[in-house]
Amino acid sequence: MDNILIKIRNLTKIYKMGENEVRALDGINLDIEKGEFVSIVGQSGSGKTTLMNIIGCLDVKTSGEYFLNGIDTSKLSDNQLADLRCSEIGFVFQNFNLLQKMTALENVELPMIYKGVPTKERRQRAQMLLEMVGLKERMHHRPNELSGGQQQRVAIARALANNPHLILADEPTGNLDSKSGSEIMKIIKELNERGNTVVLITHDPNIAAQAKRIVRIKDGRILENEVVTP
Amino acid sequence: MRYVEALKIAIRSILSNKMRSFLTMLGIIIGVTAVIALVSIGQGSTRSVTSQIQSMGSNLIMVNVMGRGGESSLTYDQAIVLKDSNFIAAISPVISTSVTAMYGNNSVDNTTVNGVNGDYQSIRDIQVAAGRFILPMDDEGRNRVAVLGSNVARELFGFTDPIGKTIKLNGQNFTVVGILSQKGSSIAGSDDDSIFIPLKTMFYFAKNRDIRQIYIEATSPDTVELAKNEINSKLLTIFKGDTNAFRIIDQSQILSTVNSVTATLSLLLGGIAGISLLVGGIGIMNIMLVSVTERTREIGIRKALGAKKKDILLQFIIESLTLSGLGGIVGIIVGYVLSMVLGSAMNINAKPSLSTVLISFSFSVIVGLFFGVYPANKAANLNPIEALRYE
Repeated sequence: MDNILIKIRNLTKIYKMGENEVRALDGINLDIEKGEFVSIVGQSGSGKTTLMNIIGCLDVKTSGEYFLNGIDTSKLSDNQLADLRCSEIGFVFQNFNLLQKMTALENVELPMIYKGVPTKERRQRAQMLLEMVGLKERMHHRPNELSGGQQQRVAIARALANNPHLILADEPTGNLDSKSGSEIMKIIKELNERGNTVVLITHDPNIAAQAKRIVRIKDGRILENEVVTP
Repeated sequence: MRYVEALKIAIRSILSNKMRSFLTMLGIIIGVTAVIALVSIGQGSTRSVTSQIQSMGSNLIMVNVMGRGGESSLTYDQAIVLKDSNFIAAISPVISTSVTAMYGNNSVDNTTVNGVNGDYQSIRDIQVAAGRFILPMDDEGRNRVAVLGSNVARELFGFTDPIGKTIKLNGQNFTVVGILSQKGSSIAGSDDDSIFIPLKTMFYFAKNRDIRQIYIEATSPDTVELAKNEINSKLLTIFKGDTNAFRIIDQSQILSTVNSVTATLSLLLGGIAGISLLVGGIGIMNIMLVSVTERTREIGIRKALGAKKKDILLQFIIESLTLSGLGGIVGIIVGYVLSMVLGSAMNINAKPSLSTVLISFSFSVIVGLFFGVYPANKAANLNPIEALRYE
């Protein structure tokens, strides 16, 4: 039991659009253990983004249960959800979502600022993380001075800043050429090998296949749950 | 810690849009400058008017007689007996008329001639530059002597020494015995353009013995009220209880009237300037709203990374406070310089008081806070998912 990071039971999300109700998620059940590397695959409109938003505590469900690391998220306030995002979840977005006015180093420091890590410690850890993703030389550059692959590596370093249990990557290679894309996937796989739980959302079967488990989602329901055998 | 970070973010954001930040601050700068300059000049002129009134002499009492029915004035005897009092040190009835003064080919038209007695000098604290003022013996002897105000002396005589010379007032000869020091214009009129002759000489000169104006000096500032009461009861007897027949004014009354006028004026000026501060605040709100919209994505990213509502709120409020605070400081400096320059141009002491500076600065900060809360709140309440999707 202790080993389960994400526990989702009968999760639904209904959007109201005027008179119509849209069931974006319709009775999702999903367990993800610590240390797993899971990819969630689906066409656009399948509900995978909604699922990611709920897993990432950016959105709240309509009904059902979602436990993150044993914490019942339905009982949390906005502030507590923000705290949870801050310390438990590291986001990697398709379009990087770095702050353009800040250097790579400052971007990586950002989650630690919100967690209240002292300046000195924050700086050291940010430098260490950027070194780890191979950007030691470029840490004082701004995002627009970096290539797409480099920007995504900054984003990965940022995701790791508060040493979260969960790395949530939404189409991390979607905006990258195939070479940078495979570099990023290599880094993500390494992270998983070091013990980080990774949930990867993608529509690309080739990327999904690099995970250890694939969850296929369609029309808000899980179609199949397949373990990839390398 | 958190505040320091928010301040850093605010400064960075202000610096990254220098032109826009400057224009936003300009509203506050102009507002604070206007408040400080206008209020300081208002206070400075109040001080200068006050000191002019005080220089009239703090024991001064003025009596104006408007009369009632046939009795529109006092006789000389009725006026002079007012002096029979323990509270009155000096008294001078005054009769004024307008004349043409001539010396040789120089003439001055429409000059006021005041008929006064020997007490007048001490009552009005008159300074003589050369010669002497009207003396009691001039009055008793009905001497044809004149004391000239400084402007009149200059216009009639130029560089010639007027003492001992004979001038013509409406064709009658008078010997100049004294020149007054330059006093400058004051609220009570200027003596610089006046001529003084003995009161009893005036009776014949103007063919008029009706006293309508009396200057009285109380023995001390404390006896002013007592003296006024006594004068009042004596005059009431003369005018058969008609309180509208005469008016008794002392310096403190004039002072309080003038002060209430200038206070209203200062308030009005400050209010107008305050409105420009308010407009500056609306400018800040405007820019902050634009800034929130522009930075929707940034806000989304920050929220996704764990920023709480409070953090975003703080960031934007500190940003607007920094804008208004910086604007306030620049406004204080500009306002200070402006008041000093205008003050010296207007020949008044318009040094801004500490309270003016503090009040206008805190008002600018309050404006920044007030107009920053709405945009900041808007930013803090953004939905992170929608904010992240914002292009």
